[in-house]
Amino acid sequence: MSESFDIVIIGGGPGGYVAAIRAAQLGMRVACVENRDKLGGTCLNIGCIPSKALLQSSEKFEEATHSFAAHGVKLNGVALDLPAMMARKDKVVGDLTKGVEFLFKKNKITWIKGIGRIAAPGKILVQLVDGGGTQELAAKSIVIATGSDSLDLPGIDIDEKQIVTSTGALALEKVPEHLVVVGGGYIGLEMGSVWRRLGAKVTVVEFLDRITPNMDSETGKLLQRVLTKAGFVFKLGTKVVGAAKSKSGVTLQLEPAAGGDKSELKADIVLVAIGRRPFTDGLGLQEVGVALDNKQRVKVDAHYQTNIRGIYAIGDVIAGPMLAHKAQDEGTVLAEMLAGKKPHLNYDAIPAVIYTWPEVASVGKTEEELKAAGIVYKTGKFPFTATSRARTNADTDGFVKILADAKTDRVLGVHIIGPDAGTMIAEAALAMEYGASAEDIARTTHAHPTLNEAVKEAALAVDGRAIHI
Amino acid sequence: MATEIRVPALGESVTEATVAKWLKKIGDSVAVDDPLVELETDKVTLEVNATAPGTLAEITVPEGGNVGVGGVLGTIGDAGAKSAAPTTKPAKLPAAEKPVPAPAQAAAGRSAPSADVLERSGPAVRRLVEENKLDTDAIVASGKDGRLTKGDVLAQVERSATPAVTASQPMPVAPATARRSDEREQRVRMTRLRKRIAERLKQAQNTAAMLTTFNEVDMSAVLAARDRYRDSFEKKHGVRLGFMSFFVKACIVALKELPAANGEIDGDDLVYKNYYDIGVAVGTAQGLVVPVLRDADAKSFAEIEKTIADLGKRARDGKLSLDELSGGTFTITNGGVYGSLMSTPILNPPQSAILGMHKIDKRAVVIGDKIEIRPMMYLALSYDHRIVDGREAVTFLVRVKECIEDPQRILLDM
Repeated sequence: MSESFDIVIIGGGPGGYVAAIRAAQLGMRVACVENRDKLGGTCLNIGCIPSKALLQSSEKFEEATHSFAAHGVKLNGVALDLPAMMARKDKVVGDLTKGVEFLFKKNKITWIKGIGRIAAPGKILVQLVDGGGTQELAAKSIVIATGSDSLDLPGIDIDEKQIVTSTGALALEKVPEHLVVVGGGYIGLEMGSVWRRLGAKVTVVEFLDRITPNMDSETGKLLQRVLTKAGFVFKLGTKVVGAAKSKSGVTLQLEPAAGGDKSELKADIVLVAIGRRPFTDGLGLQEVGVALDNKQRVKVDAHYQTNIRGIYAIGDVIAGPMLAHKAQDEGTVLAEMLAGKKPHLNYDAIPAVIYTWPEVASVGKTEEELKAAGIVYKTGKFPFTATSRARTNADTDGFVKILADAKTDRVLGVHIIGPDAGTMIAEAALAMEYGASAEDIARTTHAHPTLNEAVKEAALAVDGRAIHI
Repeated sequence: MATEIRVPALGESVTEATVAKWLKKIGDSVAVDDPLVELETDKVTLEVNATAPGTLAEITVPEGGNVGVGGVLGTIGDAGAKSAAPTTKPAKLPAAEKPVPAPAQAAAGRSAPSADVLERSGPAVRRLVEENKLDTDAIVASGKDGRLTKGDVLAQVERSATPAVTASQPMPVAPATARRSDEREQRVRMTRLRKRIAERLKQAQNTAAMLTTFNEVDMSAVLAARDRYRDSFEKKHGVRLGFMSFFVKACIVALKELPAANGEIDGDDLVYKNYYDIGVAVGTAQGLVVPVLRDADAKSFAEIEKTIADLGKRARDGKLSLDELSGGTFTITNGGVYGSLMSTPILNPPQSAILGMHKIDKRAVVIGDKIEIRPMMYLALSYDHRIVDGREAVTFLVRVKECIEDPQRILLDM
């Protein structure tokens, strides 16, 4: 027998569960299909949350090991209890995923535990996980929110033991002696940071000649310098062409990106973090006729509608930055659109953050993008070494950079590398939403002494009148 | 629940309007689609209609105030609701005062809109407005929810070319016109339309290398054709056979032969157009407007006369749409209806030529070696010498003359 809903969302990650909650708030009858035994998707279970938990814990270990002494805090040696660190991470994940379950109950959202497949427009068949067979769901609107999965490196076999994706890297049973990270993007650098702090030797192998290719290049360069100081080894312009596993470890075959002599690199653990692909396996999209684009993402219009009426898609599975908050906001906006409202998501003001330490955060356009578009802009840059609070905290790596239109002073992009950059970028995103000028930020009083005074000073610097430098 | 009355899209490249007239008073009841207020733009006057029923509760922008697209004009309250205390301030202070009131006076003359927008628009805007003593109502707001951005204000400062004011001391600006108001004078504010026409006239004069060449035309053939076919034409086509159709057709023959007159200068390019959208100047109470006859070459005489009649009527009634006023490739103006014998018409930018028709006067002219009385009209062609050269301009008029004096040439495209 078929259960009938106003909206059925396939996928219980940030896009899916937020869409579900918003739709329920707006009075719709909602079901969410999720086959994992916990809600929250990649983000809560094997992505954002566990990685941030480990980053926080490992940072504490790093501070205790290297930084406390300078503060006059003496320790008789610092020991690592990895199982305890992992247990804490698991508890945080557990608490948060239960939290989402609670929100589902509170909003009367039906969680169908299984793998969903779109049988026809308005009809979903769910293969239930507990052996309960198949359940049919009827829905006025179907939302595909199945997210993404790690990209495989051709010829390299992932076993999540010696050759891992971020999922395995979050659950290693001991600190590897040598961790090789394939891919110089944020996932690789964050996971590399965790294990570097806990004592591993970390080498990053990246195909391009720079790390974090989508971020402002100046911040990328500084991040590379800081991580190198922290012990990272970077092999840029290099590709991995083969891997041989043995009991003692993995031997990678490397080759320069442009071709040339091969070399070998031995590792205990190899983390493959070259990117993520949209996940549409088993959804039945081809049979139903839902069109994908040339990158295998579900094609949608400005209303998140696919080419089939009544079938929508949001999050990592469609085009755009693969960020949890982008998926969440798309989920909210779609739910509101289905309820007849007219919300709008400003894709030009979505911040992106890398949670290394120092953090890297940006919103808006990079210098490269502005140059390519022929836009004349001014730059205001301010280093944390000149920010009082950063000095009191003994945490001075990094800077704030604001790009503003040369004529109208409108803020076009903000790029921060430094302590708490991820939090600081929210001010910039808000300013950009309102079309603020650099002067507006400069003339807003910022509390002293805080880290985000650097944002104010960078805004002053756009006009060449920073005070503290 | 209150409904805001907003300025609708005004048309391509039109970003602001002036409130010409409120058609309802505060407290008047309003039905859906009732016209509430008349807005005047650079090109036309248009009405804003009510989108909800109720009572006119608030007039946020009084007559004479400027608004941008999307701006709030007023509010419609619930039917029967007590209307809010009217925020309309008394009509603008006598014009002897300088046009841009200092902030203190702005507060008295126009509190609600300016103060609210300033408050919401950020410190950079506030500083610039204060330093340059700007009237926020005159600035087009492009920010979120009607806010002003720093860019908006900077553009306004540039536009009004206000002398830079040093932040140290706001200059006490003396009234721009130190003239005492004189009972023997009457001072009337320029309407938006007139201002815009003035701007464009100066722009035409300043950019083009404008010259005028003359010729005269014997109208006998056209008058004879009209006499002969007047009644049957009107009977068959439902419209009178006038002169304009002949002149439009004659001009098209000439434009096809001399494409420079139908062209335009765009930066470093000469743009020659393969279509013929002929503007026909119409005088209205508010000023000269030029509605456009689209693809005039494809229209018959009757269609031309009908379209001109319709456009002319609607121009005088103020009911032309912005589309109908834009994009012409060539213009014909007729001073003859007012009695003009000869004149030098001014170009209608970005067009490169304009034909001036004048009054028909019986004159003694020499035909062969005899003196005859013919109905003559002087023709003037003003042209932009940067794209149309002298030979082309003269030949253009000669061709028009030939076609009018022997309309068979129109038929034969000669």
